[in-house]
Amino acid sequence: MRKYTPKDNVQKKSYYTDRFWVAPRIPREAVEEGTHFAKVVAKMGEFVKEAYVERGQLVIHIDAKENFNAIKRLKEECGYAQCSEQSAVDYLAQDGEFELFYQFLNLNEAKRVRIVCRIKENESIESIEPLFKSANFAEREIYDMFGIKINNHSYMKRILMPDDWEGYPLRKTYPLQGDEFAQWYEVDKIFGKEYREVIGPENRDPARIDRYDTKRFSRVGYEVPFGADISEGETPTPIEYSETLLVDYNKDAGKQLNERK
Amino acid sequence: MQQPNKLEPFFENINFERDDNTMVINFGPQHPSAHGQLRLILELDGEQVVKAHPDIGYLHRGIEKMAENMIYNEFLPTTDRLDYIASTSNNYAFALAVERLLGIEEKVPRRAKVIRTMLLEVNRIISHLFFLATHALDVGAMSVFLYAFREREYGMDLMEDYCGARLTHSAVRIGGVPLDLPKGWIDNLLAWCDKVEKEVEITYEALLNENRIWRMRLEDVGIISAEDALNWGCTGPMIRGSGIKYDIRKEEPYELYDELDFDIPVSDRCDSYGRYRIYMEEIKQSIRILRQLVPMYKQTEPQLMAHAPQYISAPKEEIMTQNYSLMQHFVLVTQGMRPPKGEVYVPTESPKGELGFYIKSEGEPYAYRLKCRAPSFFHTGVLQKMLVGTYIADVVTIIGSTNIVFGEVDR
Repeated sequence: MRKYTPKDNVQKKSYYTDRFWVAPRIPREAVEEGTHFAKVVAKMGEFVKEAYVERGQLVIHIDAKENFNAIKRLKEECGYAQCSEQSAVDYLAQDGEFELFYQFLNLNEAKRVRIVCRIKENESIESIEPLFKSANFAEREIYDMFGIKINNHSYMKRILMPDDWEGYPLRKTYPLQGDEFAQWYEVDKIFGKEYREVIGPENRDPARIDRYDTKRFSRVGYEVPFGADISEGETPTPIEYSETLLVDYNKDAGKQLNERK
Repeated sequence: MQQPNKLEPFFENINFERDDNTMVINFGPQHPSAHGQLRLILELDGEQVVKAHPDIGYLHRGIEKMAENMIYNEFLPTTDRLDYIASTSNNYAFALAVERLLGIEEKVPRRAKVIRTMLLEVNRIISHLFFLATHALDVGAMSVFLYAFREREYGMDLMEDYCGARLTHSAVRIGGVPLDLPKGWIDNLLAWCDKVEKEVEITYEALLNENRIWRMRLEDVGIISAEDALNWGCTGPMIRGSGIKYDIRKEEPYELYDELDFDIPVSDRCDSYGRYRIYMEEIKQSIRILRQLVPMYKQTEPQLMAHAPQYISAPKEEIMTQNYSLMQHFVLVTQGMRPPKGEVYVPTESPKGELGFYIKSEGEPYAYRLKCRAPSFFHTGVLQKMLVGTYIADVVTIIGSTNIVFGEVDR
């Protein structure tokens, strides 16, 4: 019977996990009174669903519908002038949701805040491009990699993958080696779909090694002349060691192979 | 509307033909000064750029996807391929992110910290020399390219002496460094520092600082105001070139930077010339840091890897002599370390700017999500802003002065 692999997450899994293994969690510290982060949480007010400090950075969970207003307030009232990074995490298999995060930097205080929100698979999210121009590229990448639609973005288009690409590469359902479309992309595009059979999977894959091809591949220990036909089998090349001019007085003690391993 | 097919590809200048106003031209992806794989679609009015549209992705290898399918130690050599001019800074940024996720940042031995800081600064100098060389070549100063590559070559020899590789170093491990400095390395390093310092002064700066052509090509070219630089996510020399004094090494110190004495060069010129001066000044500061690190190295104990048996293999001698260490090593190699659940974002100051790794762990040996915040990605984005209104002859200068490397833009 074929081994069951879950279709909603085709990424690599650990081959063995102890039955009683429970992964610990990084401690989520409460925001201490009087710190800079406490002021940020107070200013963010009604937007905050959950706030804690994780490894020295404030994490604020907000409602995805409020993202523009919340980030506007963070920028204008809390002094977070740079959006270092934004991207998403695929939780479709577990919850049917994406988790989006925005990473902000306050240059005066040298503090970092992460805003986290969740959206359902078919929901879209408001662009923060009017606030942070860095979102221009970052949001295009989110769309490209996860297929999350961003509303009111000035140029919503794929950025890293070609415009006519199918599928979203960073989703957990997308295999590491690429799906069928990805594997045949060049052939389909240059020659047309009908050429898939003419070209064949063996020529499509540049990493393929043909055992019987004596023109492009050498076989250590089984050397034959260039282009020789070896479909009938080939004989191993006898082991030879170069004879040096030095006299070997202790020949029997040498470590030389008599046959290949 | 034209109907492109295989024999008659899309003709971009249809706009120009029809309206007799703007011309759309393709810059790259094969242009020698496109720094690899940048395709710029420029809309020109005469010689002036009306609209610039960077088209990236020609070097996309799916490194973030690969990170989800590799154990943490396996992924480390892949980070070499991000910013391949200064690979150790990527290795280090990733290693630091994982260490913070594991909570073993404090356990890294002091000698490993000294070596890492040394390697980071050597890489910074190598990268800045590369910037100077290619930037000068783009602008037209061929000889500077040759001189700068000479010193860069000696720097890469240093890296080769340490780790055996010239470009893809993988010279940092999660929890420390793999090797101690080889014999005589420190002396070579100091000799190289002297050499670079002298060359910066008598060759590069003497050739360029007051050079009339260089100044005319660079001054007031590629202007980006402080506000725009912040807004577009610029970091590193790009933001310091616009008058904002922010260096992660100083503001959010990691490794030994809080013990070291160095200055952060800033320029309020906001143009390519200011950024060029910053790069030169940073080379001098890195040399200063390296000279301070040499006596620090001599005071350290020989331990190189952190002692955290749950996550990091024991030293080789212990593995070969002690059964339990061997068992743990076996599990760590075959299954991989299992960090706690949680997420971290760890910024570091790479030669290009803020290089950060966001890691989301679900307690598995494979990262659930790894996002690499590459400075060059945002510096490519800002070209949309910087190029508008400039002349086509300056486009090459501006691309050169942003110092983008496509390994990290496309990942």
